[in-house]
Amino acid sequence: MGEVMLSITQLNKSFDTAGGQVKALHEVDLEVQEGEFITVIGPSGCGKSTLLRIVAGLDTGYSGSVTLEGANIAGPGIDKGFIFQEHRLFPWLTVEKNIASDLPLNRPDIRQKVDELIELVKLNGFEKSYPRELSGGMAQRVAIARALLRNPKILLLDEPFGALDAFTRAHMQTVLLDIWRRNKTTMIFVTHDIDEAVFLGNRVVILEPRPGKIRKIVPVDLPYPRKKTTNSFQEMRLRVLNYFEKVDELELTDGAGI
Amino acid sequence: MSEGIEVIIKTAKAVREAHDYSGTAPKVASNKVKKTAPIRLKSLLSDWGTGAIIPLAVLTVWQLAGSAGLISPQFLPAPLSILSAFAALTASGELTHHLGVSIGRAGTGFVIGGIFGLLFGVLTGLFRKAEYLLDPSIQVLRLVPHLAIAPLIILWFGFGEVSKVAIILSGSFFPLYINTFMGIRGVDNKLFEVARVLGFSPLQKLRRLILPAALPSMLLGLRLSMAVAWIGLVVAELIGSQSGVGFLINEAKQNSNTEVIFVGIIIFAVVGKLIDSLFRIIERKLLHWRDSYQG
Amino acid sequence: MSNRAVALGAAHKPGKAAIAGLGLLLPGSVLILWQLLGHYGILSEMLFPTPYTIAQSFVTLARAGDLWSNFRVSAVRALSGFLLGGGLGLLLGILVGLFRRSERLLDPSLQMIRMIPSLAVVPLFILWFGIGEESKVLLIAKGAFFPVYINTFMGIRGTDNKLFEVSSVLGFSRMQQILRLVLPAAVPNIMLGLRLSLGLSWLGLVVAELIASTSGIGYMMSDARQFADTPVVFVGIIVFAAAGLLSDTVVRLIEQRLLRWQDSYQG
Repeated sequence: MGEVMLSITQLNKSFDTAGGQVKALHEVDLEVQEGEFITVIGPSGCGKSTLLRIVAGLDTGYSGSVTLEGANIAGPGIDKGFIFQEHRLFPWLTVEKNIASDLPLNRPDIRQKVDELIELVKLNGFEKSYPRELSGGMAQRVAIARALLRNPKILLLDEPFGALDAFTRAHMQTVLLDIWRRNKTTMIFVTHDIDEAVFLGNRVVILEPRPGKIRKIVPVDLPYPRKKTTNSFQEMRLRVLNYFEKVDELELTDGAGI
Repeated sequence: MSEGIEVIIKTAKAVREAHDYSGTAPKVASNKVKKTAPIRLKSLLSDWGTGAIIPLAVLTVWQLAGSAGLISPQFLPAPLSILSAFAALTASGELTHHLGVSIGRAGTGFVIGGIFGLLFGVLTGLFRKAEYLLDPSIQVLRLVPHLAIAPLIILWFGFGEVSKVAIILSGSFFPLYINTFMGIRGVDNKLFEVARVLGFSPLQKLRRLILPAALPSMLLGLRLSMAVAWIGLVVAELIGSQSGVGFLINEAKQNSNTEVIFVGIIIFAVVGKLIDSLFRIIERKLLHWRDSYQG
Repeated sequence: MSNRAVALGAAHKPGKAAIAGLGLLLPGSVLILWQLLGHYGILSEMLFPTPYTIAQSFVTLARAGDLWSNFRVSAVRALSGFLLGGGLGLLLGILVGLFRRSERLLDPSLQMIRMIPSLAVVPLFILWFGIGEESKVLLIAKGAFFPVYINTFMGIRGTDNKLFEVSSVLGFSRMQQILRLVLPAAVPNIMLGLRLSLGLSWLGLVVAELIASTSGIGYMMSDARQFADTPVVFVGIIVFAAAGLLSDTVVRLIEQRLLRWQDSYQG
């Protein structure tokens, strides 16, 4: 940690809809250090996905500046790994070929890295399986491996475990923390689950909706591995929850599964 | 009535359960099938038994009535005499000759029409400008029942091989064109975002995303084109030819040789079915990654 | 088609006028070139009559009443064949779709008949029924039967199981289940089958009339071909295309009315 990896200043973004302009993000400022694990949380419609897509270069047409290692973001690219809510694997490719995607799997160095990543995401034995043969959690692990193969400077995760059941989700959180601990990849993780945000992040960014802006950034100084049952974890959870008092809390918990 | 509907509900439920997946465990469903295999085989046999009732009864009555002289053989020859006509035609080598000619024609027309359909489909699918330029014209041409231009083609090219191939070609162009176009346009936008995030080059996008994603639709187009080519062949040969299965039928009609007409029709049906099955097997081989094969 | 990102060459979408202009560019220039080449005698008038000659021939035929009387004959044939084949297809499709037993009994035989290309039986039908109306109507009916039959069958079998459960919870009787749930759910498929059948009806008509007939548009074309009266052949093609388009549009409109409840109408 130390170097500034990502820097967002005075970010504004609006969408044109049938009912006129809708402000999605309003004067967002955020600095992410190298190796940090940032979780972004907020109710639906607070622009958290938009923020992530702008960093990824998928959404354009904003004002303000977004720089990755000092350079403006020109468009999507392999320096910014992106994990979507759905796994979005190519259904016609096997697990290992999906991880390689456009890279030739017969090159020894790529072959070796793919094998390492399969090991890392614990998918040994499923190298030759097709996406239809995988469960939701396994498919999402393939997607993570696919992003990691390209050595991204930063990994952006857009509610990646939102569609998984509670047990699978808890398992995936540990897997992701394990990857982070080993690879030291900078992570930005968007979620609407407070437990998940506090469990994963070393800073929790709380967004409020309409227009989407940062309400508070809460540092989580709990040591890893964290346990959700400890008192310190629950205290931290309540502290984060407190910032939602004005935000409609029902809206937040709705669909969050907590 | 109630039994029927319940069975429908049960199958629908089974299908849904097979598609239902959650949790981390991989979906393995094959062990379930094995357990019930003997029962399924039994019910399959009874299915075939029930299905065979009508064809067998019809064939028997037909043969008996024919042998008893109740039906004029000119009108409806008995199954056995059709069979012997088939044997005679095969033995003399006539059948293989005409069939070879027919397959050659259909194949030539299909290959030319199909290549053009594929080419234009890829072009209009990939490039908006090509779509705006070409697609309206092609859609207008598609309105014409393709066999209606047969007289025109005969006027232009006479009764020779060229006009037959042209009739077949004009039909087999459209299914492949439309399905290629739709297949390319139907590629999931979400996967395009993945390609952007992973930094695919335009060529990689084409090779790794668009073509594999459009493949199911393109293969369907190929199969439909082949079917249309076969139909076009029938008509082209019936309208006027000196060889081919259609010629065999036409000649038999003039000589009131009804058995041979039947042989010709059956040959058309069987070969058409065989070609279709072949293409289905190819599809299944190439599309084994698909969740459910919808044939 | 709404998938704009797919087209590689799509930076921005041009306006409607530009699109229409591009679409008209090719046919427009072909027509003009054709007319000019024909006018200066570079294209054989016998093989490629100019658009103007074709239009003239159309007017002459329409004035003389030949066109209308032939068209009426053709339309009646296509329609009666379509009604006969489509009606039977609908009936048997419902029967086979609702009852397993009738499926086991009937479906294999019907699938066997389906294998036979309907156009190959033309000579047989002519032999049996002569070149009268029966052979043509039956031929069209055979073609029109299968799309309706198969799609009705699939539509009924494809009814969402969740809705079946709802109807059981609501205490529908068997009859109500069929009338309120199964049949409405099958309507999209049935309409698709009807449209396909209609297309095949026109195709069957064309072939039947080309091969053996003494009246109808197809006969008019066949006759004109023998006398190398090419403009009339073109008129026939245009009439067939227009009739096909018109009937397809009518069915589409009915479909849209019937399927207003559908979330996304996929024509």
